[in-house]
Amino acid sequence: MRGADVSLWLRQIGAILRLELKKNFFGKRSLLVYLLALMPIGLLMLVELGKPARQAEPVSDHLFDLLQLANPAHGRVFGCAWIFMNLFRGEIVDRSLHYYFLSSVRREVLVTGKYVSGLLTSIILFTTVTIVCMLLVFLSRNFCSQMRASFWMARALASCCGMCAITILACVGYGAFFLVVGLFFRNPIIPALLLYGWEWINFLLPPLLKKISVIHYLNSLVPVPISEGPFAVVAEPTPAWISIPGLLIVTALVLILAGTRIHRMEVRYGSD
Amino acid sequence: MSLIQQSNVAIRRSRDDRTSEQLIVFDNVSKFYGEILGVNRVSLEIPAGITSLVGPNGAGKTTLMNLMCGLLRPTRGKLTVLGIPTDQPERLFRKVGYCSQFDSFPRGLTGREFISAFLMVSGFPRSEAHELTEGALSRVELLPAADRKIGAYSKGMRQRVRLAQSIAHQPSVLILDEPLNGLDPMVRAETIALFKQLAADGLHLIISSHILHEVDMMSDRVVLLNNGYVVAEGAIHGCARRNGRRASDAGADSLQSSVRRWRRRCFGKTDVVEARVHDDKQGLFVKTRNPDQFYLSLNDVVAQGEISVESITPVDDDLSAVYEYLIGAQ
Repeated sequence: MRGADVSLWLRQIGAILRLELKKNFFGKRSLLVYLLALMPIGLLMLVELGKPARQAEPVSDHLFDLLQLANPAHGRVFGCAWIFMNLFRGEIVDRSLHYYFLSSVRREVLVTGKYVSGLLTSIILFTTVTIVCMLLVFLSRNFCSQMRASFWMARALASCCGMCAITILACVGYGAFFLVVGLFFRNPIIPALLLYGWEWINFLLPPLLKKISVIHYLNSLVPVPISEGPFAVVAEPTPAWISIPGLLIVTALVLILAGTRIHRMEVRYGSD
Repeated sequence: MSLIQQSNVAIRRSRDDRTSEQLIVFDNVSKFYGEILGVNRVSLEIPAGITSLVGPNGAGKTTLMNLMCGLLRPTRGKLTVLGIPTDQPERLFRKVGYCSQFDSFPRGLTGREFISAFLMVSGFPRSEAHELTEGALSRVELLPAADRKIGAYSKGMRQRVRLAQSIAHQPSVLILDEPLNGLDPMVRAETIALFKQLAADGLHLIISSHILHEVDMMSDRVVLLNNGYVVAEGAIHGCARRNGRRASDAGADSLQSSVRRWRRRCFGKTDVVEARVHDDKQGLFVKTRNPDQFYLSLNDVVAQGEISVESITPVDDDLSAVYEYLIGAQ
């Protein structure tokens, strides 16, 4: 690998990003992502507005419930599914993928550029939503007196940063998976629903099976303990030093698979 | 192997490499879509100039073009474009431009953005991409509409913007799938002139078209396809000869007796399969298996003063006739 190659690839990734980000943020398909992303904010506002005004109550009573409500996990999964599956599948539906394939760019570089664009889109959207949710929780009228004073305190800020980091990791992991799903399946909705189902029943799975999921590693990193209900099978959280590199390694492997797939991919819109 | 033999092999290989670097080479290429045949056992060498792919719908023209661009992979055989394997897009599309038949574009882009964006995806720096974009838009006369969204373009404009995109990076090989579709007669004529100019500049132009007289007007050679097979290929005016059939329309003198006399003489020739007097009795339609021999014997007849000939018109020396004989007749 020469310096000139790397510089060319970076330039090409930059060009792909410009095209894709515009599409991801302002295209017609982005509407659904916005709706999914804004869902937890809407829920929080409904819950908070629906409550009668009260005097300040102890933070610990309510905060964890609200944090769970504010955790945009479901919207994040579906949002990532929509963003990343459409990176290639959307182009096939629009019959415009061939313009990329007819450009003088390595297909592996194309996968990287598209993945990074999806990653930036999802990270910007979902971390913003996470921060807004956290702000709503901390600054809601029930916690005014206590939290306004303590919001900038280390614990609150650390929670917020922790949740953002988890959101980024979720986008990295789910993104790679859904990108590959979009490349391998003509109708990627079914595998996406299967994944969502697997992630959703994760709390019921035995500890060994829990580890074959993204949500387990993300939950292990959450700064506040998450209650999974009375039927949950309790499993020891995976330490951060394993879960973070593990997730990144699996993501890299999945992206290599995507690169292999796209290297052999043909453009036959008729059959798609 | 002796040193001399080794050196000969090396020289031959280097000559072969040099030749394949100037040609588009199909080496026994087949493409199947599952059990459906796309093209079968295609072996071709396409040099610079304008080569037309002609054949009815489903003949395999687009498949052949998509194979050349790496949008499809051959099921069997090998294919190189100017010596570059088609599975290396980063090298291939420095030299190849493809104007496909897909009338679709990335959403929300103007004509100018569309061309410059994909030039930058190919790695051109922004300033160079803009320069090339202007040049390409100007060549297809689309500059006045360059800042309008492609979604608002007419069919002809969309065709032209695709053409501009395919020539923007100044390729050595230009592959055009039905490039004249949707163009009005004026632009059609200008586009054909552009193709001729590009071919004169030394480009390989591979064009598929259904409009045979236009193919005839602009092509140096033709590849006739039917049901996934190459049924004939070569220079247009020699294409039919290899298939052993040819018709000649000899306008003879106005004397009916002369026509009849000549008809009798024609049947004396072994290669003549049909000699029919025109409805107006002013000429003779002759079908022969060996046109070269026929022309020679005709010279003899005329030289002996038996008949006088005003004109001879080879009716199948254009592509439509070849197309009809080779494909329509099957």
